[in-house]
Amino acid sequence: MAKIYAPKKLVTNSMKPKKEIVSFLINYSKALSFVKVKDKSFEIIAN
Amino acid sequence: MADIQLQDALLVKKYVDGDENALTVLINRHQSKIFGFIYSKISDRDISNDIFQDTFIKVIKTLKSKSYNEEGKFLPWVMRIAHNLIIDHFRRNKKMPMFRETEEFSIFSIMSDDSLTIENKIIQEQVEIDLRKLIEELPEDQKEVLMMRMYQDMSFKEISELTGVSINTALGRMRYALMNMRKVIDKHQIILTN
Repeated sequence: MAKIYAPKKLVTNSMKPKKEIVSFLINYSKALSFVKVKDKSFEIIAN
Repeated sequence: MADIQLQDALLVKKYVDGDENALTVLINRHQSKIFGFIYSKISDRDISNDIFQDTFIKVIKTLKSKSYNEEGKFLPWVMRIAHNLIIDHFRRNKKMPMFRETEEFSIFSIMSDDSLTIENKIIQEQVEIDLRKLIEELPEDQKEVLMMRMYQDMSFKEISELTGVSINTALGRMRYALMNMRKVIDKHQIILTN
């Protein structure tokens, strides 16, 4: 009996976010820092 | 390939200590699982991307502000954040559902403008004037209770305290006020609807 092969993969592509999103997150992380003054914490985003 | 062997906890520690590459490894390692989870609930790629981004923004902020307590549960923690953002998304959508226009469907076919037309507005104003005239015809005690209840939105407790009678008396006066108004409306066949 001949084996039947599906023309396309049966398994869908793994779910991944857009590359731009990941790239943004990495850049955001690099730009973000926190500064603590007394009991307050300030977010700073470097341009 | 040493990164593969590094556990999440160690990568988190390295990231908190300033190693940005550690974040890249963490994201690459878990992105499929997290994005897949989000997409399985949302079924929309664009929104899933947004939620994925928002999830990791929260992760980054928490880690960078050194507010994260390492308990060896990095991935469950991130999944919890994603889960909560998904719930927020559904709550927002429930209050304001988004309709996308297509060739077959236009939102204007089911949406209508509820505001009154000029004609209806004039009728409504006339009805209110007629109603006030009817109220003026009531006995003073009934008129007082009705005005307080309907126009000043007072509770019967407040009305009874102000007028110096019991709540039951205030309720009774309200009841008689309405009965009397109905009698006059029926007698003169007044129309008070828009």
